[in-house]
Amino acid sequence: MLNGKKVAILGDRDGIPGGAIEAVVATAGAEVVFSTTECFV
Amino acid sequence: MDLENQARIKKFAEELGAENLVVILGGAEAEAAGLAAETVSAGDPTYAGPLAGVSLGLAVYHVVEDEIKSECDAAVYEEQIGMMEMVLDVDAIKAEVSSIRKQYSKF
Repeated sequence: MLNGKKVAILGDRDGIPGGAIEAVVATAGAEVVFSTTECFV
Repeated sequence: MDLENQARIKKFAEELGAENLVVILGGAEAEAAGLAAETVSAGDPTYAGPLAGVSLGLAVYHVVEDEIKSECDAAVYEEQIGMMEMVLDVDAIKAEVSSIRKQYSKF
């Protein structure tokens, strides 16, 4: 499902940050086109 | 959801094709993750940002959902996500985001 897909990541500073999600979805063969870590405070 | 990020998601969906783009969330709470999921699939429910009234229908998942976890390297997943997975209310997040996806995602 992720292999070969373009992925946009909306991480959360108080949850799972964008960088951590980037690292894991890259192992599934996804291409990260956008990644950010939002702050809801 | 951040208004600038709404604009970016809209731009990528238009440029790459909504069917080719998957949004992955890392929100700490089910409600916030659900709002973000709704924004990129049905449109901005607060009618404040560029996605107000724009139903992109994007495929959207939280990174703790089984569909994502099962496709990623287990060791990397454990290293990057494992700690937060123990802290977050994973069942509530899964229920909320999958419910939104089933209602509004077109891909």
